[in-house]
Amino acid sequence: MNILETLQLSITSILSNRLRSFLTILGIVIGVTSVILLISLVSGLKSFITNQISGLGSNIIFVIPGRIGGGRGPGGSQINRLTFQDATNLKNGLREEAEVSAAITKVSTVKFANKESKNSSVIGTQSNFPKIIKLVKVTQGRFLSSSEGESGKRVVVIGPTVKTNLFNSTNPINKSITIGNARYQVIGVLASRGSNFGIDQDNVVIIPLNAAQRQFGVTNLNAIYISANTTEKVKDVQTKAMQILLKRLSEDDFTVQTQEQTLSTVSQITGVLTAALGGIAAISLIVGGIGVMNIMLVSVTERTKEIGLRKALGAKPQDIKNQFLIEAVTLSSLGGIIGIILGFGFSLIINQFFITVVPLWSVLLSFGFSTLVGIVFGVAPAIRAARLDPIQALRYE
Amino acid sequence: MSLVKLSNINKIYELDAGLTFQALKNLNLSIEKGEFVAIVGPSGSGKSTLMNLLGLLDKPTTGSYELDGHNVAQLRENTLAELRNKKIGFIFQNFNLLKRTSALNNVALPLIYSGVPRQLRIERAKKALEEVGLADKLNSLPNQLSGGQQQRVAIARALVTNPEVLLADEPTGNLDSKNGEEVIKLFQELHKQGRTIILITHDRNIAKSAKRVIHVKDGEIL
Repeated sequence: MNILETLQLSITSILSNRLRSFLTILGIVIGVTSVILLISLVSGLKSFITNQISGLGSNIIFVIPGRIGGGRGPGGSQINRLTFQDATNLKNGLREEAEVSAAITKVSTVKFANKESKNSSVIGTQSNFPKIIKLVKVTQGRFLSSSEGESGKRVVVIGPTVKTNLFNSTNPINKSITIGNARYQVIGVLASRGSNFGIDQDNVVIIPLNAAQRQFGVTNLNAIYISANTTEKVKDVQTKAMQILLKRLSEDDFTVQTQEQTLSTVSQITGVLTAALGGIAAISLIVGGIGVMNIMLVSVTERTKEIGLRKALGAKPQDIKNQFLIEAVTLSSLGGIIGIILGFGFSLIINQFFITVVPLWSVLLSFGFSTLVGIVFGVAPAIRAARLDPIQALRYE
Repeated sequence: MSLVKLSNINKIYELDAGLTFQALKNLNLSIEKGEFVAIVGPSGSGKSTLMNLLGLLDKPTTGSYELDGHNVAQLRENTLAELRNKKIGFIFQNFNLLKRTSALNNVALPLIYSGVPRQLRIERAKKALEEVGLADKLNSLPNQLSGGQQQRVAIARALVTNPEVLLADEPTGNLDSKNGEEVIKLFQELHKQGRTIILITHDRNIAKSAKRVIHVKDGEIL
């Protein structure tokens, strides 16, 4: 009896018991759906972060307070020792090979007349910020001038969301808005960067670094951005930046990270996430497999007489074994296919809100795994069926 | 040469606690090609054991069984399965048709295990159903057929492989007398066409329809 005949037989048997077949494979359907969905979310997250980081340009080096990847656990040093002095030292030390810009970030409410924009990111930075972070573009008016950047004059460049919230379609230039409790004059509007993962990247205002420090009463920085003049120099600039910073700070006070390192960190984190979520989903697949085995054992008992008859009519033990094994594999693969379709569908729906990516390997993996589950959990019932004594089986009621 | 030749057959079952039960005692039996034989005996006489041996579903403890000139007493399970498929046509008391499966596909079932291609299977199954007078019931499911019709489907299934022996175990046991008679008539017709039929029954009246009646009691032929 060939495989195709056996396959046809198992499909007939599965279709003749639709509800039970469906309930049997439900566990596998859920397992595979969650594998596909979770992996698509993590992959989407990774591609989002990667795009964001790559979008900044590969020449960028970040200096952030605290030590990442050191022995102190998350966050490293608790106190932020990174100050404007460090940014100035870097600027002077790297004058030949890089652009340096310091930044602090806060969250505040921005108001104009009786309208307001809540939870806006307030970035205090310097005039060369757009030269480093190329995603920051001005569509109307202008960015901070170098004198404004240094002096701390109260001028502001607003993001598209803030503009819409406060001004609708009227011209915001030269209008006076309130950030926290200080008044700022609007000098420009930023180009839209869109929103992702629920974070509106356009709900932002950019003010001079000095003004931000004065208004929020802080002296330390949240980040220093360095842009090497050429990609080849990134490593050199990183080394030099560390030497410069170490003159004043200790190793635990800061992290200097290139894009490449950031990407590899992201890749590490998403790798761990994928493994963890994939593992949980794999457990649900195994549970689904036990469901298949359970039903196949019931099915063997229920069809004892049929097995006896088939043997009497000339079926060999191998034929019976194949019949039940292929039925189990067909069931679990069917569960896998439905799961893949559902997982793909759900991730398409979620893709309307967050980026999701269904990698081919996750489809192949979950299909392969669900088939494997069918084989592993189908063998025991199939062997039991094959070993039935035809005389006993025929007599079974 | 006999089609079926049993010589000195003993069948001993091992029961619990070292006890044994001898179901068949030194049994000798020959059946010629084309015979219509009834094996009669009360329940517990050993006729079921005899049928299982004849049908290659079981092996004798000692003795030889020659079927169509080959000794088949101690063959391996796979070979026995092949021989059952080719040489034996089983007909059971309770028909043993597959539920939710058309008469045609029920009849074609043994041919799957003979490796006959699908198209040919269907043709041969149709022919077998015509032979038993059910040409108009090809697509009927077992539960849409009367008991007599179901048994005729089962007989068609036994005929479809063109076996050496038709082995019928109480074929009228689940039928009313009218349907029972029809089935017996069908057997007599098949016998006229040259089929070898072994009918196992406890009913002496049914046994009378055969040309030769063999009485079994306590594991021995009387």
